[in-house]
Amino acid sequence: MTQRLPEDRSESVFADYKGELTRDQAVVEANRCLYCTDAPCVRACPTSIEIPQFIRKIATGNVRGSAKTIFESNVLGMSCARVCPVEVLCVGDCVYNHQGQPPIQIGKLQRYATDRAFEEGWKFFEAGADTGKSVGLVGAGPASLAAAHELRRAGHRCTIYEKRAHIGGLNTTGVAPYKMRADRSLDEVEWILSIGGIDVQTGVTIGEGLSLADLEAKHDAVFFGAGLGADSRMGLPGEDLPGVIGAVDWIERMKLGKVPSDARHAVVVGGGNTAIDAVREALGVLSPQGSASGGASSVTMLYRGTEAKMSGYQHEWKAAKLEHAKAEWQALPLAFEGDGKVERIRCQRLDADKKPIPGSDFTIPADLVLVAIGQSKLGDMLKGLDGIRIEGGRVATDASGFTGRAKWFAGGDCRNGGKEVVNAAAEGKAAALAIDLFLRGGSRA
Amino acid sequence: MPDLSTNCAGIRSPNPFWLASAPPTNSGPQIERAFDAGWGGAVWKTLGSPIQNVSSRFGGLDVRGVQAAGFNNIELITDRPLASNFREIYECKKKYPKHAVIVSLMVETREEWKDIIKRSIDAGADGLELNFGCPHGMCERGMGSAVGQEPRVNQEITSWAVEYSTVPVLVKLTPNVADILPHGRAAQRGGAHGVSLINTIKSIIGVDIDKMVPYPRVGGMSTNGGYCGAAVKPIAMHMVAALARDEEFKIPISGIGGISNWRDAVEFILLGSTSVQVCTEVMLRGFRVVEDMIEGLEDYMRTHGFETIDSMVGKAVPNYSEWGDLDLNYETVAKIDPEKCIGCHMCVTACQDGAHQCIHPPASVVATAGPPKPGQPPLSIFSKTQTPPGAGGHLRVPVIDESECVGCNLCKIVCPVPDCISMVQVENGFAPSTWNEHVSEGKALRPKKGSH
Repeated sequence: MTQRLPEDRSESVFADYKGELTRDQAVVEANRCLYCTDAPCVRACPTSIEIPQFIRKIATGNVRGSAKTIFESNVLGMSCARVCPVEVLCVGDCVYNHQGQPPIQIGKLQRYATDRAFEEGWKFFEAGADTGKSVGLVGAGPASLAAAHELRRAGHRCTIYEKRAHIGGLNTTGVAPYKMRADRSLDEVEWILSIGGIDVQTGVTIGEGLSLADLEAKHDAVFFGAGLGADSRMGLPGEDLPGVIGAVDWIERMKLGKVPSDARHAVVVGGGNTAIDAVREALGVLSPQGSASGGASSVTMLYRGTEAKMSGYQHEWKAAKLEHAKAEWQALPLAFEGDGKVERIRCQRLDADKKPIPGSDFTIPADLVLVAIGQSKLGDMLKGLDGIRIEGGRVATDASGFTGRAKWFAGGDCRNGGKEVVNAAAEGKAAALAIDLFLRGGSRA
Repeated sequence: MPDLSTNCAGIRSPNPFWLASAPPTNSGPQIERAFDAGWGGAVWKTLGSPIQNVSSRFGGLDVRGVQAAGFNNIELITDRPLASNFREIYECKKKYPKHAVIVSLMVETREEWKDIIKRSIDAGADGLELNFGCPHGMCERGMGSAVGQEPRVNQEITSWAVEYSTVPVLVKLTPNVADILPHGRAAQRGGAHGVSLINTIKSIIGVDIDKMVPYPRVGGMSTNGGYCGAAVKPIAMHMVAALARDEEFKIPISGIGGISNWRDAVEFILLGSTSVQVCTEVMLRGFRVVEDMIEGLEDYMRTHGFETIDSMVGKAVPNYSEWGDLDLNYETVAKIDPEKCIGCHMCVTACQDGAHQCIHPPASVVATAGPPKPGQPPLSIFSKTQTPPGAGGHLRVPVIDESECVGCNLCKIVCPVPDCISMVQVENGFAPSTWNEHVSEGKALRPKKGSH
């Protein structure tokens, strides 16, 4: 079911950026935690993990209980420990920040407990007694996995339909490898599926092998967790030249296999978190460790706005700069040029209001262009289903994930427009609880 | 410049910091290094008929990541030949004539006491300390705390020692008694020049929960040990103060028990100790801790107007009384400094779960908290109260319902931010009245708080 990855992948050059804690480090850090009440870190976590409680359990040596506390709230706690932007979530809200003390390293402590659970093979959950109901889930990413796991605890059978060969969604194909590599995501998938009763059918595209009507007829409820679509295109001359590629597409190829590493001048277009990831990843792939400063290759972020107003996280961009990322601020690409492949980008300078400045055209060399200006929305896949509203490409739902059409629920990037793994996990779980209520005749029939 | 020189029961030392009789004073070279580090005196590890010790002798009590907040041991008296000890005492005194070398002793018969006292004084002892306190091993052989727990025996052996000694005699008391007074008085009646207390407390420091054997483990067995270290300080101070304020008890006290820094030393002196003895902190951190002890004590004396140690001794004793003499109309309430508050709500939980339910989350927090959880106080109590933002601008500064606050201190004790919570006196219009005055004279008491 889970397809194996080749050993030799481009992402293998990356080491863990944040590193893991030893037991001694974990215990010392855990003992620093104040064990706040109604803790701000818990409020900052979309899955509301009882952080002070799991940390106290590390301090006392009850690591098994610690992992259980984490997974009770978030079954993707292992990957979230690695990929969450804790700086703007739990760690950012640690009360120590108000005292001028270093905040608790919550992500690293969570990684310590959850890694240990994987190592030791601890299992905490069992499928509930069979209810005879079945739920179809579209997409095998974090939202569907979280939903399916929760549904299995309630005793509903689950079938996940995934168009790719690999399970795990962006956790497998998109997470920056210095946070988590694809094989680790597959470990998690296996761990989650071990609850049993979740049938994952890969290589299935909704609308081709299986229609929406089939889906609705086959299952007692449907969870739509398809995520986002292909990289958005800029619609510029030369965009089809070899060497110009969508960033998400390139990242997936880099994580699952090999990408060429011979580019000299890589340019990433965009200023969001995918753009920053692509910059750092290109730096690693093109100028492997040890030559980061001097590598013959340069990686430049090309962004319309200013450094201060970029939409990517500042802490991530700071890290990119430490790795010698370059940037062209307030620059707008006009065309990709080259003879048979991309060689340069013709650009125009923008003013503070992102308006073009006449006569400011310039070109920069570029033999690899990664376009990171967003991904298409997949809400339109559900067009035609009465009762479901699509807003700006996103599937509209109530807080529980209910779409308004009987049986249909949604969560994750296709609902929220593209947020963190932890948001998808939270939405998947919330929807599962609503689906369970629905299947038991509670409401939303 | 304050004068730290000390005269405790006639034993003089450059400062009041003595090493207690224990592993750090097992040999001459150790004590000489301690004197070089600044220690004013040392009580030599107890001499008697040399014993054989067990392997695995100490255990530590860790509390939330702090190692050895409490400590225990099952080591006995010296295991070295008496001749080696006396030779080293002689050499040490020759090199350090101004430092105090007190020799701790523990033997059984009158003849043995006579002999060992003579040899100690011949070697150069400035004083003797009679070990009537050791609560493990030696007491099973009729010595140590077996003597200290029997005032009659204590008095008799003390009187022998005083008869044979030409130097001051201190009696080291055991805390393993219900009331320390009869034991201090017995030593005084026996003619002791002073007492030292406390010795260690009978204890089991922990249990190996895999092997199911208590610590410290000797093969598959263990035994009770003597408890000491920072955690025993409150017990020790109570016993020191009890003797210090006893009208019948007049002789000097050398304070012992959990003294880890200069603050602890100041507390013991204020409660009636003329010198202080330290062991566990030295075992854990080494002789060099005395540098800070001396500087801290000197600075305290300078800033508090004390020129000599003697002028400090017992200054807190008159302020220690029976519960019935406390003013029941004295009232305090907790106040939170919002600019220091970091919003952890440790005080909220401590007050709700462990005290009198008068500290609440502010309305801004409760309003965004979703459905009330079990135990969460109802919004109505404080919904009209909006607290100012705390440190860094958070809106989590708790609200104290002063009409319910009994002034217990618990919130201040758990608050992780120094000086964020203070206990402030409330003028309630009631004249002071103790329970005793209320009972005997009918003086009015303020209405009770938190008792509905």
